[in-house]
Amino acid sequence: MFLIKGARILGGAPADILLRDGVVAEVGAGLTAPEATVVEADGLIALPGLVDLHTHLREPGREDAETVESGTRAAAAGGYTAVHAMANTEPVADTAGVVEQVWRLGREAGHCDVHPVGAVTRGLEGERLAELGAMADSAARVRVFSDDGHCVSDAVLMRRALEYVKAFDGVVAQHAQEPRLTEHAQMNEGEVSGRLGLAGWPAVAEEAIIARDCLLAAHVGSRLHVCHVSTAGSVEILRWAKSKGWQVTAEVTPHHLLLTDELAETYDPVYKVNPPLRTKADVEALREALADGTIDCVATDHAPHPAEAKETEWAPAAMGMIGLETALSVVHEAMVETGLLDWAGVADRMSARPARIGRLTGQGRPIEVGAPANLTLYDPAARTAVDPAAFVSKSRNTPFAGLELPGRVHATFLRGRPTVLEGKVI
Amino acid sequence: MKRHLISAADLTRDDALLILDTAEELSRIADRPIKKLPTLRGRTVVNLFFEDSTRTRISFEAAAKRLSADVINFSAKGSSVSKGESLKDTALTLEAMGADGVVIRHNASGAPHRLAGWVRGSVVNAGDGTHEHPTQALLDAYTMRRRLGDLDGRRVTIVGDILHSRVARSNVLLLNTLGADVTLVAPPTLFPVAVDTWPCEVAYDFDAVLPKSDVVMMLRVQQERMSDAFFPTVREYSRRYGLDARRLSALPEHAIVMHPGPMNRGVEIAAEVADSPRSTIVEQVANGVTVRMAVLYLLLGGSEPAIGGAARDGGDAARDGGDVSRGGAIRDRGDVSRGGDAIRNGGDASRREDA
Amino acid sequence: MSAASVPAHGSSPDSDVSHKTVLEAPDIRRALTRIAHEILERTKGGRDIVLLGIPTRGVTLAARLAARIAEVEGEPIPQGSLDVTMYRDDLRLRPARALGRTELPPEGVDDRVVVLVDDVLYSGRTVRAALDALNDLGRPRAVQLATLVDRGHRELPIRADYVGKNLPTSAREKVKVLLAEIDGRDAVVLEVPK
Repeated sequence: MFLIKGARILGGAPADILLRDGVVAEVGAGLTAPEATVVEADGLIALPGLVDLHTHLREPGREDAETVESGTRAAAAGGYTAVHAMANTEPVADTAGVVEQVWRLGREAGHCDVHPVGAVTRGLEGERLAELGAMADSAARVRVFSDDGHCVSDAVLMRRALEYVKAFDGVVAQHAQEPRLTEHAQMNEGEVSGRLGLAGWPAVAEEAIIARDCLLAAHVGSRLHVCHVSTAGSVEILRWAKSKGWQVTAEVTPHHLLLTDELAETYDPVYKVNPPLRTKADVEALREALADGTIDCVATDHAPHPAEAKETEWAPAAMGMIGLETALSVVHEAMVETGLLDWAGVADRMSARPARIGRLTGQGRPIEVGAPANLTLYDPAARTAVDPAAFVSKSRNTPFAGLELPGRVHATFLRGRPTVLEGKVI
Repeated sequence: MKRHLISAADLTRDDALLILDTAEELSRIADRPIKKLPTLRGRTVVNLFFEDSTRTRISFEAAAKRLSADVINFSAKGSSVSKGESLKDTALTLEAMGADGVVIRHNASGAPHRLAGWVRGSVVNAGDGTHEHPTQALLDAYTMRRRLGDLDGRRVTIVGDILHSRVARSNVLLLNTLGADVTLVAPPTLFPVAVDTWPCEVAYDFDAVLPKSDVVMMLRVQQERMSDAFFPTVREYSRRYGLDARRLSALPEHAIVMHPGPMNRGVEIAAEVADSPRSTIVEQVANGVTVRMAVLYLLLGGSEPAIGGAARDGGDAARDGGDVSRGGAIRDRGDVSRGGDAIRNGGDASRREDA
Repeated sequence: MSAASVPAHGSSPDSDVSHKTVLEAPDIRRALTRIAHEILERTKGGRDIVLLGIPTRGVTLAARLAARIAEVEGEPIPQGSLDVTMYRDDLRLRPARALGRTELPPEGVDDRVVVLVDDVLYSGRTVRAALDALNDLGRPRAVQLATLVDRGHRELPIRADYVGKNLPTSAREKVKVLLAEIDGRDAVVLEVPK
């Protein structure tokens, strides 16, 4: 039993929160509970536990980069109580067996809920559908399906997947990347790529697929989720699709809310990511879209890589950045400090909406009596330079190293049990 | 201070003129019986070639040897972490050998930047991917200056695969620094999308540009570009963008024809043009050694380099952090929709002007 | 000889240094005339000689000597310049510097009597570098050295064959030779730190 004293729920007036039997038992001023452990939360903001729709835990297969244990510890440290583990493991999570293995590893680790994402196509090869139903019916109860890392570029296959998952209220999360337009692509195609002599990754390669998939989803009346939206043009297409009332949702990563392609001037592959960092105009459009709800949520696309995959020339380096432990601070910097979102908005975009898209019932609920006690306490006044050495994740490939960012996760509770206290993972 | 020659943008106008003037003096040595100078005795220059380029390697090797440096040739093909030793491990090996200068040729754009972060010596870019080849631009400028005098206001037309050409990138930057007016000519498919931000003119019609050119530089066009649909056929490319006798006759009397080599005779340049007295192609090769001697002398000959850009970022995490806070991170305190100038550009703003 | 203390031409007044002119223009003129005659005497009428100045001021002095010798003998004598930068032994003590010009007369240096000309002879290291540079250019029959000022403090076994003025100095002092062609006036100035 924990009694949180004086936390500002969603940044509002200070209140006490009593957590008992895995739920929020009481909320109010001057609460007492003699048996409860008191957590002093003066000045801290209470948010519902964060939910990530897009996490690469790398297990099974690349345990040198991350494991379910280390990745979920990092998630807890970042204020998350649920993550969706992407399917591009080795073997690929394209069967009930693999998704159940990941789900079970998550339960054993106990740092946050792990919801495996099932592959749309067998082996992520884009040729035949994986056994989506078997994964949905498994113990992991998969609802989000994605070939992330690869685009389901075949229009027929995409249509079938969108239709098929309706049977169990699933959603296809598309990695929107037209493959022919991005062969050998290295970074955003624009002024910087031309100057640096790095093969360009045009915005249209993302936008064309999003447009096609919105039309397909409307045609078959299915839910579509768009992974890591990165361009202003994508935002326009999503805005149009939503205005039609189509069931389209989208996510943006923290790094696309803060960083631009000029960082590639260093040729340091720590800035190499898929989709690539874009321009200032894109960043501004993404921020606005997240603020007005065109983009539904923030998803980390936490993509751990061992040092040797990044300590290399740009072209052969792996794509991806880790983000679980910095996501909330980056959103604070990009959205709250700029006045684009308040803390209620942050809770909506980082907890409620992603939970709804993933059809999670026990996550993303408001901090109110009777709700599962999933919450995070965040110190908005802290301000520290990002130190990769201090990360809980097994990997260090953060683009934010040395950057001073606001805020710090003080505590995280998963169904009433602390997974982080005093900033330390338990 | 640690300095390198990685991009032609590393050179100020004074730097570039110092290199050309130094090369001018050094060229006199080429005519005398003893071509060797003792200047770099005891210095070690490593030629690190990850890409086959016998011409460039020999040119740098001759330059270093004429300055009495100890030269180590290190050839390694293929560079990804999955194929053998990584660039970083190679860099650590060079450190152990005590290389004062590393000349690197690599198929990955930016490899010299990365190397500069991992070694103590000065790095000279001998061509990286589709990025830059600054010593080629220097020898081209040197060749132009010998033939035409001061480059200020001279009109240089560069024709060919601009998109994939490191020679074009370095030449545009250096020629702009030296005051020349550059026009790039290519089919629209072979320009980078944002070429309009480069400090040069862009044209699709070769014939219209010819009479206004003091220099025409033809770039090698890779035949495999055809299979990627950059142009329909070699014949059509050659007809629209090749330099033949008819086009040569449309040039002003004094104009010269250049090619960085190796040439595709009959594709971008007709044999009779390549062999004409207005062609500087053979001169360019000879001038390469002289210009590279000047670069090596000015980088390695003193207690500290006299030219070049400051140390670049490598793999060091602490310095990476410094970069993200200097540029590329949008840290806007105001309303982004109002479009406040958000990108902290630091020193990059000035660099972009001449890039 | 004037001993007046004047600021060196072209340099801003420096409070830490006092400037003492040790040779005025007429002194320099007389010294060069004398050297020209000595060269003619020693080389039996200047037969087969080549004057090579060491940049920057040695080249100017060599040109003046050549003109004087030509006046006396009635025919021009070969002269040129010899840059020693690439042969210096102190390259690593300073940033790499721009090169001076090496320009040999068409006669070359083989089997000639080369007279090296420099403005100030000090440690002897520049002359050592010049001898090395000369060695790479050919094989003179003999090499001689002319200098406007010999200020002592030799660090190598080198001495001048022709000296305009022996000037005892301390190592703290600097000797500056000013020549009209380069500096607008002729003078030799001693800079003494206060």
